[in-house]
Parts: sequence; structure tokens; C-alpha cells
Amino acid sequence: MSKVRVKQHPILGPQEEGQWVTIYFNGKPIKARKGEPIAASLYAAGIRVFRYTKRFQEPRSLFCGIGRCTDCMMTVNDVPNVRTCITPVEEGMRVEQQKGLGQWSEKNATS
Amino acid sequence: MQQVDLAVIGAGPAGLAAAVEAATHGVRPVVFDENYRPGGQLFKQIHKFFGSREHLAGIRGFRIGEKLLADAYRLGIEVKLGATVYGLFPDRQLEVVCRQQKLSYQAQKIVLASGASENTLSFPGSTLPGVMSAGAAQTMINVNRVLPGKKVLMVGTGNVGLIVSYQLLQAGAEVACLIDAAHQLGGYGVHAAKVRRAGVPLKLGYTIVEAHGEEEVSAATIAKVDEKFQVIPGTEETLEVDTICLAVGLTPLTELAWITGCKFTYIPGLGGHVPVHNRDMETTVKGFYVAGDVTGVEEASTALEEGRLAGVAVAEALGYLDAGAAREKKAEIWRRLDQLRTGPFGSKRKQFKDSLIKEWSEYEQS
Repeated sequence: MSKVRVKQHPILGPQEEGQWVTIYFNGKPIKARKGEPIAASLYAAGIRVFRYTKRFQEPRSLFCGIGRCTDCMMTVNDVPNVRTCITPVEEGMRVEQQKGLGQWSEKNATS
Repeated sequence: MQQVDLAVIGAGPAGLAAAVEAATHGVRPVVFDENYRPGGQLFKQIHKFFGSREHLAGIRGFRIGEKLLADAYRLGIEVKLGATVYGLFPDRQLEVVCRQQKLSYQAQKIVLASGASENTLSFPGSTLPGVMSAGAAQTMINVNRVLPGKKVLMVGTGNVGLIVSYQLLQAGAEVACLIDAAHQLGGYGVHAAKVRRAGVPLKLGYTIVEAHGEEEVSAATIAKVDEKFQVIPGTEETLEVDTICLAVGLTPLTELAWITGCKFTYIPGLGGHVPVHNRDMETTVKGFYVAGDVTGVEEASTALEEGRLAGVAVAEALGYLDAGAAREKKAEIWRRLDQLRTGPFGSKRKQFKDSLIKEWSEYEQS
């Protein structure tokens, strides 16, 4: 667990133990709290660059945190453009830093 | 297609209050929210609310959220999460995507309580990772309990900027400084005092000039501005921060209201374009109601009351409440709303909200 997790809080008290799962960022395993948004797991692991823009390859990250601005989009389990600020983590989730608009894998590109 | 009495869009304070109030009188509502957690922005509000006791003053926002949710579950209200309403069609037909499934509903009444989203600010470096809305930082620390960064610059001294700064300190982050281009404080003095007491400098008449960093924020340059908000050369200073929070106002999330064709008006003090409505919260489209920030950015406490108002009006319109009982309930809610809309900030909002209602009547008479 990293130092940026708020384990003690003067108002909210100690954080409940909760359940831990493993997700993969660009193939690298990361500990995540089950149910928290993907963006939170990544920030807790010190990862803040979520994607690069299509035209100028500029880095982007979490901005609005409520699923509106789409700055935090990443490719999750081969599905591109997933809003990581409102999508909860699940065991074994594969989260990839997205380049441009990402690509649909063959598996998910049917129909 | 499923038939429902009432479809509520948004499970924040306004939407949940509308559903709970309507269900109390026998209406069967379904609530939709695209998030996987209900409560809207209530659960990140860990500060105590203002107002009198009947406005739940002294109670922290997330406790109000817990109570609302408990009421909703006790009443057997269906709350569909991960459910995005993407289309509204004539005769109150809703198209919804819920966990990769398409669903269709036809509702006798709709309450839109979609809330608002935070504004952004453009400056060199404003798209760098580490620049985020103050509300996003607040969600990270209070709901997800993860620090968005170690050292923060807060831009904006309205209540959001002040409260989130204090909560960042509570969560263990360092707040380097609060700035505001205005030459006076944007929010309540009592919130500013908490930040000041913690030793955080509050600089009025300052703007952000640039965010620095290759891949992420590593510093920010701020500078003094004159009365016309122009940077005064030579006053620039650079702060070593890894996070920049923007607390520069909110804009109502009105997309779903626009596609119904209901009448709008433009009131900057309420956040921009907002649907006009009557004293029942009904818009110019029959059976389509609005409540909360979508019809003017205010506070969670007013959103709750507007939601209740819409809930009572829907129960009355569907025949679950007789006119006399409904009149009494609405008068009681309006009395509380009027109380909430007092004081230097509230009285201005009351003026704006009154003009929304006036515009609705003018439209109906034309």
C-alpha cells in the first residue's frame, strides 16, 4: 500500500480493511481496493498519466471525476474509451494507457 | 417497454428526495444514475451543513446521503445504477443503457435531477495530469481515500475552493496556497478562517499563469492581476506543487432537458442556461419536472427541498395526494426554501430562482 492512501482521517475515522484485488496497468500488477474507481487505484500506485491524445500525443489524466469530461479514458479489458473515474475495479482487470482513441480488439469488435 | 409511474434521472440529493417523497404517497418511482454509487455528490461532503435544524444544519453531507438511501430502500424504490439515460422521446419515453444492455421505459412523469459539472479554466499547461477540478480531488480524498497529490494549489475561493482546501489538509495533503482573481473572498468567511488558521496563505487578486511539467504538474506560476484582471508584469511567482485544483464554478448538466424542447433562460448567476419551471418544478413540457442544480447551481440543501417539491407535485398530479394536502405540503417546503435563500448569497439566488418561475408563467400565457 502506498503513502497516498488516507488510512486515518479526523472525520471519517480509520479506513475499513475492505477487499483487495489485483489489476494490471500496462501488464504490471497493482493492488487495488475492490469497488473503487480504476482512477483511484492508479493514483494510489503513483500513476497519473492515463492516456495520450490523438493529434499531439499530450498526456491526460483524471479531471472532473464524475464521468463527464472523458479525460480519464483508458483501454480496459480490451475495450477502449472507458471512463476510469466512474468504473469500479474488478479482480484481474487489464488497464492500458490509451494512445489516441484506442483500438477495439478483435474479440470485442464483433457486430 | 416498461411502464412506470415516475422516472427520476439522477440519484443525488434532488433525485433521491423526489423519489422518496413521491413514494411516501404511493407513487412507484424508478431512479436511474449512471454512477455505480448512489448519492450524487453528497458522500464527498464531509462538512456540516449550514442553516437551521430543520435544514439538517450541523449534519454532515454523507450522513444525509445515508439517511436518504435508507429511506429509499425502506420504501422499496428501485434504484438502477450504472444506468445512463441517453435519450428522451415524446410521451416521456426513456432510452437507457445499463451495463451494456439497452432498456426502454415509458413514464407518466419524469423528474430530471442530473446536477451540474465543474467548470474548467484555460491556461498554458491546464491539460497536464495533476490539474483537476476541486470536486474530483474531494471525491478522491473523501470517498476513495486516495490523495490526488502531495502539495496542492487551489484556484478559486468560493465555498468549494475553501472547503476542499480544508478537507485536503484533513486528509493529509499540503495546500501551498489559495488564489482568486477577484479582489474579495468568494465564499463564506467561516470556511476561509479555517484554512487561514491552518496557516495556508489566501491570495486575492491573483491568477494562475501557467502549469509546468513534462508529463505531470511539477510547479505553477501565479501572478497578481489589476482591476481588469490583467496580469501585472513582474509579480509572477512560481510554486512547487504537484497538483492544481480548479474551483471556478459549475454549469448545470442540461442536455436531457434540451432534447425535450422545454423552455430555457440564461442566468449567469445560476450557472448559465437553465430550464424554466413553475412552483411545482414542472417545466414547459407537461409531465417533465426538474430539481436541484440542473435548474440553477445552489446547494445540496436546496436541491433536497426542490426534489421534495417535485415529488409532492408528481404525487398530486398522479392522484395519490388530494389538492388540499398537496397545497399544505408544498407551502411548507416553500417556506423552508425561502429560508435557505436568505443572506448575502442566498437572497441573490432567490431573485434568480423567482425570475425562472416568472418566465415560466410568461411563457404559459403567451
